[in-house]
Amino acid sequence: MSTVLWSLGAIVVLLAGGWVMRLAGQSLTGNKPFFRDMPLAVAFGYVLGAALLLFGIWYYFQPAVTADGVPVASVQFFRWAVQGVLIGAAAAFVFRLIGRTLGTAGSRKMFRQMPLTAAFGVLVILIYALLAIFAPALAPHGQEEVFGQANIVPGGNPALGGNPDFPLGTDQIGRDILSRLIYGAQNTVGIAFATTLLAFVLGGTFGFLAATLRGWMDQVLSRMVDVLMAIPSLIFSLLLITVASAWVSGFGLTVAMVVIIAVIDSTRVFRLARAVGMNIVVMDYIEAAKLRGEGLPYLIFREILPNATAPLLAEFGLRFCFVFLTISALSFLGLGIQPPLADWGTMVKDLSAFINYASFAPLAASVPLLAAGAIALLTVAVNFVVDWMLNRSSGLKD
Amino acid sequence: MSDFLVEMRDVRIEGRSDETWMPIINGVDLTLKKGEVLGLIGESGAGKSTLGLAAMGFCRDGVRISGGSVMFDGIDLLAASAEQKRQLLGKRIAYVAQSAAASFNPAHKLIDQHTEAPVQHSVSGKADSAADGIELYRKLRLPNPEEIGFRYPHQVSGGQLQRAMTAMAMACRPDLIIFDEPTTALDVTTQIEVLASIRQIVEEFDTAAIYITHDLAVVAQMADRIKVLLKGDEVEEAETRTMLSAPTQDYTKSLWAVRAFERPEKPPVATDATPVISVQGVTAAYGTVDVLKNVSFDIHAGRTVAVVGESGSGKSTTARCITGLLPPRLGIIELDGEPLPLDYRKRSKEQLRQVQMIYQMADTALNPRKSIGEIIGRPVEFYMGLRGAAKRKRVAELMDQIELPADQYIDRLPSELSGGQKQRIGIARALAAEPKFIICDEVTSALDQLVAEGILKLLARLQDELGLSYMFITHDLATVRAIADEVVVMKDGLVVEQGPKRDMFKPPHHAYTDLLLSSVPEMDPDWLTNLLKERGVDNIGDAAVDKMS
Repeated sequence: MSTVLWSLGAIVVLLAGGWVMRLAGQSLTGNKPFFRDMPLAVAFGYVLGAALLLFGIWYYFQPAVTADGVPVASVQFFRWAVQGVLIGAAAAFVFRLIGRTLGTAGSRKMFRQMPLTAAFGVLVILIYALLAIFAPALAPHGQEEVFGQANIVPGGNPALGGNPDFPLGTDQIGRDILSRLIYGAQNTVGIAFATTLLAFVLGGTFGFLAATLRGWMDQVLSRMVDVLMAIPSLIFSLLLITVASAWVSGFGLTVAMVVIIAVIDSTRVFRLARAVGMNIVVMDYIEAAKLRGEGLPYLIFREILPNATAPLLAEFGLRFCFVFLTISALSFLGLGIQPPLADWGTMVKDLSAFINYASFAPLAASVPLLAAGAIALLTVAVNFVVDWMLNRSSGLKD
Repeated sequence: MSDFLVEMRDVRIEGRSDETWMPIINGVDLTLKKGEVLGLIGESGAGKSTLGLAAMGFCRDGVRISGGSVMFDGIDLLAASAEQKRQLLGKRIAYVAQSAAASFNPAHKLIDQHTEAPVQHSVSGKADSAADGIELYRKLRLPNPEEIGFRYPHQVSGGQLQRAMTAMAMACRPDLIIFDEPTTALDVTTQIEVLASIRQIVEEFDTAAIYITHDLAVVAQMADRIKVLLKGDEVEEAETRTMLSAPTQDYTKSLWAVRAFERPEKPPVATDATPVISVQGVTAAYGTVDVLKNVSFDIHAGRTVAVVGESGSGKSTTARCITGLLPPRLGIIELDGEPLPLDYRKRSKEQLRQVQMIYQMADTALNPRKSIGEIIGRPVEFYMGLRGAAKRKRVAELMDQIELPADQYIDRLPSELSGGQKQRIGIARALAAEPKFIICDEVTSALDQLVAEGILKLLARLQDELGLSYMFITHDLATVRAIADEVVVMKDGLVVEQGPKRDMFKPPHHAYTDLLLSSVPEMDPDWLTNLLKERGVDNIGDAAVDKMS
């Protein structure tokens, strides 16, 4: 009950604050339209935002360790989060600044118009790509090497129990976590990329085919897709991978997983490609090409595809995230990328028990978050870039 | 207090493009007294709609009023608060948009949308304003005024919707209405009804109006004064009669002169000549409904046949039959005396090459992701087998024929061209196939008059040089007069009348041809008044068409 009263009281105070702020703004600026036409709800929003910001700053400077030396996990994690966001933003800013001064006129123009979020996304994707490509050179140890006993404390500070040879510690059977994270980029991201690409080749081709030919071809393809989409995708892929594991194992199973997820995900791509294609095939230039006597491949790849790249690229980014998460989920369940290959989903699963230590050993508890964070960071980065591309392509259409 | 209802002084408006503000209107004055109608004319991009909206103190997104003043009845609209403007808009100032179909909410009945503004502004209650709406529908001569309000927008025809929108604008009895090209998308017989209704109701309620259009003949009927805009500058302003009889500026004179273009008559075709295209007894259907009924006509070498009719009359369907996109149910189509396969997929490359098409909307007819060189080059490569330097040379030749410098335009995308230039690219693409016969589907109706005249002249010149035959689909009789050798009038999928042009424009006509001809607005400001006097309000436009069938 008191919580409700407290919240109500806070809202009333904030509303009053908003009203006062608007009044002050009106009288100070001589009734500028910004304050004059401001609804109370907007003023409320400004005050609420300001209050949250103040609270965040206050909380950031709370002591991270109590008087008797016990760390306060929530403050510690909040600090890390804020620092992460600030470092990310600063890195993105610097990255964009470099992009604006180096390179060709076209790339400089692109960087000038790029929002900071997109710069962050591009930077993160670049780093992931470099890590994945040069994993064997960058990783200090092999992904399958086992070193003595588990020492999960990251940071490499002997005073806190860490080991400087293993900057992020070793996992439950003593493998270097940093190396496994770097190899994980190669395995997880590489496989997700291949899967998404396959899904797009399949779904895009058949989607455009259905949109161009219509009639029975469209009916057959669309109904097949409907049937595939009717089955929950994760369960369906679990089922199919289990079936496949009866025939193949090891690397073969990974290939089977790629194909299975690609086929299931291509149904979503098919729907999009068909819908986009339908809007394009009614255009007069398609009619002109048909009347010229052009064949189907020319129509699909030379006339339709160039006009569908913007929505397809945007979907590619999103679909990549979904595929990536599906693979991580499958690995978490033990059916995805097979050990001893490093994979972020598996790493989260294996280390998840340490999350229980959060209240007294925040450092040790952060270990499973490393792999989870790697997944989350890439997802966020890809979405930033996709948003930006969508914005640009819709601007082009005007 | 001034005696003007609207007083705009030195208004400057800018629009955002990329990262800079580009001027759209450079200091234009506009004044309007109570009960007066001002016509704003100009080409697309002249800023007439922008200026019209600025008279309401309103700007579209990405546009700002950067200078000058806009006073409405003593209220400074540029300084007024959002709340003050809300009190004025809809109640004292109303707006009628070009496309009523896009402006009505498809989810609500007409009468519910009609009553919204009066109820919102506390002018009257819902029942009262609904009753008033029915009264307005009656005044605007909508059929079944008691019931039409209970229909949804898609259940009403375009012309009726435009009148319902005018009624809606009238709901609060505003002092000022801004009409933004209200009849541009309508057929001539529909347009004349809407024009008569708008004029009557504006006069009756003594409402001031700004009438934006690009059609001089229309504005001559509606406005007391005319203001001509060109690229954001005022060219001249004068009383309608003065403006029509004695324009002072060269630009205005050139606008007036556009309608004078007419090709010399050609000698009659030899009776035994084989027509290039012969349409014989074609009947075609969408599903089970016949939309073309027994259509026959011939098109001879070097001649232009204009196919005239209103939307839904089957002109475009005829074109689809000839190109083979819609195989007819009955009848045959001959090319040079040889029957063509009815389905385009069964035609040979050579047969496809001989029949080319130019489209109404150059925007959708050119692939936006391909350069001009690729667009024109594809048929050159596809039909003639030219590649590399030979192809590029041929493309340059073609661009020379359509009077666009190749080195400047060949690598551009369609979006970097103006409407008229895009249409020229469409023509070049058709020419690239070196056809005998080209179908021109409303090729000038989306263009400004000066630009359209340029296209017509280009087509005429190409015909003389290359001996092309055209089938010219249009609803604009001025275009017919300019370019046609023979005319085919269509209505409801039937050919109503056909023959050489000089016979068509001379009485006696078929009753429908007569109605079409008489519905085309003329530059005479008394034309509409006289026509209404002569025929009576119930014998013009769609009402008359309905009586016929």
